[in-house]
Amino acid sequence: MNINVEKNNESVTLKLEGRMDTTTAPMLEKEINALPEDTKDLILDMNALEYVSSAGLRVLLAAQKKMNELGTMKLIGVCDAVMEVFEMTGFADILVIE
Amino acid sequence: MTEKIFPADTDALEDVLGFIETELEKADCPVKNITMISVAIEEVFVNVAHYAYPDGTGDVKIEFDFDENERTVMLRISDKGIPFDPLNKPDPDITLSAQQRQIGGLGIFITKKTMDNVSYRYENGENILTMTKKI
Repeated sequence: MNINVEKNNESVTLKLEGRMDTTTAPMLEKEINALPEDTKDLILDMNALEYVSSAGLRVLLAAQKKMNELGTMKLIGVCDAVMEVFEMTGFADILVIE
Repeated sequence: MTEKIFPADTDALEDVLGFIETELEKADCPVKNITMISVAIEEVFVNVAHYAYPDGTGDVKIEFDFDENERTVMLRISDKGIPFDPLNKPDPDITLSAQQRQIGGLGIFITKKTMDNVSYRYENGENILTMTKKI
């Protein structure tokens, strides 16, 4: 998985590309932990992300909990297969998906 | 029926998914189903890699079969590790809020919801998980 980081004042966009599985989810975790402390809005651009397993859900849950304290988090460009995983696990209700 | 043996190690995940996806493509499986089945296999394989062989490493055998008449995929994951029924875990409560959600239990839950049928048996020293899905 590749992650492209774009910072715009207090807004950070992480563009995810490829697959978020057990071996690659730690990469997103690292980026989330490295977010500047003044980050108010986190956008996860998933237009090029084709796969998410429970390892990815774990990192997304931790990210959502963190951003619930700091500001907002939203996901954009979620593909069908990833959306199906979100829906079957109730994550579609926990995450903000546009 | 094709089968392949992998080390029970998450380093082998890419190879495992590559094997499954190649077989699914040969069966003309729709892309979305390939992804969903791959997620199900990952969840099961990673569980075995993490828990089956606490004292070291071992192998995982993955069998793939495709019934062309029924257009049904069968996957069987077996290991000779400690006896463990992954279907025995209670389902996570998926209605909880972000603050209340627990981390565990999602993997096998996704597997059960994705596949049409998932069954487990322990036989001759082997954990055998069988799953099927019509594609």
